Amino acid sequence: MSDLPALLVVLPIVGALVSLLAGIRWTRSGWYVAAATLALQVAGAVAFAADGLSGAPGSYAVGDFTIPYGIELLVDGLSASMVVLVAVVALGVLAYARRAGPRSNRFYSTYLLLVTGLTGMSVTGDAFNMYVFLEITGLTAYALVASGDGGRSAVAGLKYLLVGTFGAALYLLGVGYAYVATGTLNMADLSTELAAVGYASPLVRASFAFVVVGLFVKVAMFPLHTWQPAAYAGAPDSVSAFIASLVSTVSAYALVRIVLTVFTPEFLEAVPFARPLLAATAAVSIVVGSVLAVAQTEIKRMLAYSSVSQFGLVVAALSVTNATALVGLAVHLVGHAVMKGGLFLAAGLVATGVGGRSVADYDGLGSRMPTAAAAFGALALGMVGVPPAIGFFGKWYIVVGTLEAGAWALASVILLSTLLTLAYFARLLERMFFREAPAGTDAAADAVADGGGDDAVGDAPADRGVSLGMVAAVLAAALLAVGLGAAVPAYESALAPTVEVLLS
Amino acid sequence: MIDVLVDRAYFVVAFLLLGIGAHMVIGDRNLVKKVIGLNVFQTGIFLFLIASAYVTGASAPLLSEPGPYVSPLPHVLILTAIVVGVSLTAVALGLIVRIYGEYGTLRADLVAEVNEDE
Repeated sequence: MSDLPALLVVLPIVGALVSLLAGIRWTRSGWYVAAATLALQVAGAVAFAADGLSGAPGSYAVGDFTIPYGIELLVDGLSASMVVLVAVVALGVLAYARRAGPRSNRFYSTYLLLVTGLTGMSVTGDAFNMYVFLEITGLTAYALVASGDGGRSAVAGLKYLLVGTFGAALYLLGVGYAYVATGTLNMADLSTELAAVGYASPLVRASFAFVVVGLFVKVAMFPLHTWQPAAYAGAPDSVSAFIASLVSTVSAYALVRIVLTVFTPEFLEAVPFARPLLAATAAVSIVVGSVLAVAQTEIKRMLAYSSVSQFGLVVAALSVTNATALVGLAVHLVGHAVMKGGLFLAAGLVATGVGGRSVADYDGLGSRMPTAAAAFGALALGMVGVPPAIGFFGKWYIVVGTLEAGAWALASVILLSTLLTLAYFARLLERMFFREAPAGTDAAADAVADGGGDDAVGDAPADRGVSLGMVAAVLAAALLAVGLGAAVPAYESALAPTVEVLLS
Repeated sequence: MIDVLVDRAYFVVAFLLLGIGAHMVIGDRNLVKKVIGLNVFQTGIFLFLIASAYVTGASAPLLSEPGPYVSPLPHVLILTAIVVGVSLTAVALGLIVRIYGEYGTLRADLVAEVNEDE
């Protein structure tokens, strides 16, 4: 195999350095460096996915060190999906951030380092290496959240840092326990060694508990989600879209990887508390996340709580561990990333266009910003799970998987969550398309508009800082959310060998 | 019970540090002290892992005769983890400087109060 897996991790680091150094001489070069790097990254990721999704999973030894001693990178369907997702979403958000986001070279440099951390988490097959990439992801995410103006984003960044570091530290403690029990850190090696030590050993059980709870913090499962709404709401629009769509997604991937590759489904069978821990957290997150989302008046906070609920679905799929639920999990991770990223971008577009960030500001948006409202509506319906959007297929496979496993209670909670999702998106749809825009705001908006007096031009690219790239990124997300549904059967068959290995 | 505690004094101290650190992060109102608590918490984990490297009766990979050898791997891991911890502290202190400039206070509750008003 070529050196592609390692190159994918190194490329954004090089891009970040080039961006930082070029910034000394040419202050406006950052965006071009980042765009070129991410275009290369997308090409590499697609080639990587061709490897990972065609046949049996493989691996790559970093620096040719013998595998249990050196660091291993995994090439399989799940890691390939994550690498492509990270590269594509990063490029899409970058197109949006050209006009909207913080624009210094240091910002683009940090942005590329975050891509490095996420890609590294996706491909690594070493438990300690995972911790290092987890912290790279965390550090850059804290910095990006704090990159907004004003004190609010700095406070959100610090809160995220304190809670996020706690999660990563618990993960490290869990890895420490696993190391004490087995003397190895390679994931494949750990799974056999842990089985040899015996799943009844308190060391192994404590390791599972610490690792899972540590990653729950990073994924933002219900009682440990407190950092997340503040971070998403306090960050600049492009950053919250990027972080909301990728950081929790890749952390959830890490959770799946650790639970299935390191601890294996046999551990879940053998240890009485393991499966209930996952299932109960999932159910509580699904319900409480949705209920809190309904209670929010600020759009970005509502979307943030919606994530708490959606990742409950992912953990629910993980807790039943059968092939159908795992396919659903993968589809939902990808679909949620596209839809949630798109929703945050659309919210940013609306805030730039009409200056509204709360639910009440969405009155009559359908006539004021038709494109943004249509994209927002399509993404919201996709999130609820209306076919043919990808949101439907993820939920469908997960529900069928839970029913196959006989987890009736969990399946009914998931179905209930669809209603709750509808509850918080339907009131927005109603406001956008069936209400008149308040007269006062419309007049004010017209007064500020550059182009002309009538409201039809409200969505024109030249209008009030809304750039073509911003509109294009939102539309691309909406089209992807609807179009990806058609690719699900092909994706399922490509994922089959990976799922088989994960469940064996 | 006492035997076990004396035998595993490292681990007792490590978990004492974890407890103190967690208490400082959650309970202290001063932002800088929260960061100090985070460092104490991480140090507890570092100590736990380093202590686990000392295995009685083990031998080093290159020398065959048994003796008081120590596994090098946890030390290398903790070196990495310390670097991560230092960068985290730097970012945290940078953010605290910005918060102080913005709000003129280091108390978490006062900052939260101002934030609510916005």
